[in-house]
Amino acid sequence: MIWLDGLVCLLMVIVAVTATVVRNLVSAVIMVGVVSLLVSYLFLRMGAPDVAMTEAAIGAALTTVIFLVALRRTGEGR
Amino acid sequence: MTRTIITIIALLAVAALFWTLVALGTPDELGAVSRHYVERGIIENRGANLVTSVVVNYRGLDTLGEVTVLFLSVTGAAFVLRRRERKPVDRAASKASEIVQTGAGVLVAPIMLFGAYIFLHGHLTPGGGFQGGAVVASGVLLLLLADRERALPHGLMSWLESLSGFAFVVAGLAGLWVAGSFLANRGVLPLGEWNQLLSAGVIPVIYILIGLKVGSELAALLDVMMRGEAVAGAHGSPRSPRHRRSGPSGTGRSRGGRR
Amino acid sequence: MSASTLYLGAGFALVLTGLSCALLRRNLLRMVLGFSIVDTGVHLIIASVGALTGRTAPIIDDPDMLSHATALTVDAAAVVDPIPQALVLTAIVIGVGVTALMLTYVVRLHDRTETLDVRELRDLKW
Repeated sequence: MIWLDGLVCLLMVIVAVTATVVRNLVSAVIMVGVVSLLVSYLFLRMGAPDVAMTEAAIGAALTTVIFLVALRRTGEGR
Repeated sequence: MTRTIITIIALLAVAALFWTLVALGTPDELGAVSRHYVERGIIENRGANLVTSVVVNYRGLDTLGEVTVLFLSVTGAAFVLRRRERKPVDRAASKASEIVQTGAGVLVAPIMLFGAYIFLHGHLTPGGGFQGGAVVASGVLLLLLADRERALPHGLMSWLESLSGFAFVVAGLAGLWVAGSFLANRGVLPLGEWNQLLSAGVIPVIYILIGLKVGSELAALLDVMMRGEAVAGAHGSPRSPRHRRSGPSGTGRSRGGRR
Repeated sequence: MSASTLYLGAGFALVLTGLSCALLRRNLLRMVLGFSIVDTGVHLIIASVGALTGRTAPIIDDPDMLSHATALTVDAAAVVDPIPQALVLTAIVIGVGVTALMLTYVVRLHDRTETLDVRELRDLKW
């Protein structure tokens, strides 16, 4: 199933590059959360379910929330 | 223009690093240390999850350092985010919709139960203290999203966090006293049978402590960042008395976070 | 190309993207976002070094993975390397702590100077 992994890797890199160039900061933060989620799937495919759970719980959920709270506190979250 | 050139040089340096790493290749066999951990992991620890036995027992000192770093970063964040003047809070914006309030009331208990299940079974299934603590903190975040004025019990959370960290070091010292090395697993608690809940010596105890510590730490971090000060419920205008529950210990926390 | 090389390449692409985001943008929050992407890429690189092909996760709940049924010795050719997974576990948790501290400083800087543009913060330049 390596073509599926290759597709997910390509999608992940495209989303990361889009997060760099997009104007709206809230969109950029959500895209970094999507990158974390796709990386969590790749960890699962590598045979690391512990790491996949940690990345999904901490990287995709808590880091996105912390970024959004910081956006709100500096007035950029529209 | 200079910045773009420097950026391109930096990226080329990283790409050269990548070339060297790919030329070395990825290994085909386990290394000697990994082979020892894999082959003798169950004999020495009786836990089904080998990554847990590596994280808590074989590399337990790294985990102690990680817990310390997390504690320091959360304390530093709480210290820097103290607010001396009170900005008026926007009343209309802090009211969540009915779906969120009802859903939070229904979902918080299963989320906390799920988080506790994850860190209780850390030695049997994928999971452990950090994942379970993050899930518990997400449950607390749901509570905070439903009602921004809710007073979290900061005194209780601070005590839970400190006592869990202290008990982790005590478990390590118990290993030192009984078996001769810090965080040893050999004689402190009975090892039990493979694939049972009460097995693997002191590993589930340590993971429960880590789960409680990380959960209360991340919940306190989210509360501090969302609210701006560690005293819960203390906004500019007078509120109803039920929001002032954590007065004295909360004030102690907002004065620099000394424990 | 084996699966490990694919993950390694994806991880390095993430590191390059995150570095360029952190170096080329002038908004402080975008710099922190770039560092977070670099973090994720580095975790992917470390975990992919231990991902040997054709083996399964190191969770031994099936007696088929033992080499002797009664001696509880695990067959070392059946599982992936558990050490890089332990390292990445630690690194993810520390990464969220460091990101939270960076964002705290950005919020504080904004409270004091009302700007998020790094070119306007010239206090430390001589």
